Amino acid sequence: MSYVACLRCKECGAEYPITPRTVCDHDFGPVEVAYDYAAMQGKVTRTSIEAGPRSLWRYKDLLPIEGEPKVGLHSGYTPLVKADRLARELGVRELYIKDDSTNYPTFSYKDRVVSVALTKAMEFGFDTVGCASTGNLAHSVAAHAAKAGLRTVVLVPEDLEEGKIVGSRVFGPLLVKIKGNYDDVNRLCSQIADKYPWAIVNVNLRPFYTEGAKTHGFEIAEQMGWQLPKHTVVPVAGGTILPKVWKAYRELIELGLVEDNGPRIHAAQAAGCNPVVKAIAEGEEIFQPQKPNTIAKSIAIGNPADGYYVIKVVTESGGAGESATDPEILAAIGLLARTEGIFTEPAGGTTLACAIKLIQSGRIPRDEPVCVCITGNGLKTIEVMTGQFESSPVIAPRLGEFEQMLAKLDENGASGAHARLATSKVI
Amino acid sequence: MSQDVHVLIPNALRSQAGNLSSVSVQATSIRDALDALCTQFPELKARLFKDGQQLNRFVNVYLNDEDIRFLKHLDTEIHGGDEISIVPAIAGG
Repeated sequence: MSYVACLRCKECGAEYPITPRTVCDHDFGPVEVAYDYAAMQGKVTRTSIEAGPRSLWRYKDLLPIEGEPKVGLHSGYTPLVKADRLARELGVRELYIKDDSTNYPTFSYKDRVVSVALTKAMEFGFDTVGCASTGNLAHSVAAHAAKAGLRTVVLVPEDLEEGKIVGSRVFGPLLVKIKGNYDDVNRLCSQIADKYPWAIVNVNLRPFYTEGAKTHGFEIAEQMGWQLPKHTVVPVAGGTILPKVWKAYRELIELGLVEDNGPRIHAAQAAGCNPVVKAIAEGEEIFQPQKPNTIAKSIAIGNPADGYYVIKVVTESGGAGESATDPEILAAIGLLARTEGIFTEPAGGTTLACAIKLIQSGRIPRDEPVCVCITGNGLKTIEVMTGQFESSPVIAPRLGEFEQMLAKLDENGASGAHARLATSKVI
Repeated sequence: MSQDVHVLIPNALRSQAGNLSSVSVQATSIRDALDALCTQFPELKARLFKDGQQLNRFVNVYLNDEDIRFLKHLDTEIHGGDEISIVPAIAGG
């Protein structure tokens, strides 16, 4: 059985039955899935969740599906890494990385939303699915649809990184490159969804799709031992995940599964595309759209659909907004990799870079627990790291050359991990 | 001088617009065009506008390929053959 009550307008509260609906008839506001929390009391518990599968479906009772999951049986339940080396580097006491760069099967947080959206698409009886995407969503839709045997149409901006194109094409969808930015792609997608009987996950399945993002927040709480981090730093693109991490925290509090410690949610954007962070800084509740110009292409959305709700959550929770320049983003990617062994894409670099700035400016106190949400994998966007490293030494396969090379490293004053390799104790 | 322009109506608004997917109106600006649309289909007014003046924040309006917020908002001038799209805000990434 399901605890889903209805679709409810986030603005006026009008209620609708569960159908592929996106907006309210009365005020055009977005509709959201509402649940019967009273019926969950005593039934949806820490124990019931812990007895579930090691995937996002352990939170099935808090997701909008009627039957058993049909898609994404192995998605979610990614590691929450206690980042002690990075914490030392940044001078904070307790730091966690929620690492969706390892999500299954396409290495981004999108595997969460797509698992829920495609399960719902199949419940509704759609045989063709699609999306507008900056890359990661297209990968996930194409992969999950391949496994489920659904036809797939994905639309992306023309200028995406090669890894982002190949990462979709390999699953066999119809991939269409659109001459324009993500916001142009999205507008077209909305008009396609109006015309063709397809499940466009981020358009006509949006209320169900976005619910999947809650599982990122549920997992943070459960993996911290049923506690909430005082600070959670979340990237903002279209603005889906940040309000849903907040909704996840509120639901767990409502059900009595975690204590309300006044969690604060902070928004991270690239400086070249920061409409939401700018609005927060200026105390505005409505953002002005921007034309993106950043290496963080996966979050380059200048007209975020849920930007209004991001601003609301950040403000209500007492959080802050911050943005990071391209060099700061690249430096943060390197830092995360060298200290924690996690290679993230520019979106993750943005989130960490913003977290660092929030810590340095005192908006995140150094003695309070922080969780940084890493939502994508660096192996998909290796070209952004081109030129970030000195060239690697090339030598003949002779021990003498190897020793000479090490000696030269020391002469040249190699720093960090490579320093004094030549004087390592010889066995 | 007023010009003939096409306004594309999204599914979510068609029940208030005679179930049409596009409507032709005569107008000189975006504001003019939307006013003409609302005169023809009065139920649309409350959906498109907040307090009768400002565009509802969940409504995006495009002149051809450009969001009118990058132009002169409702005062953006229009020309014969232009296409105006009304699009609900949508998620993604």
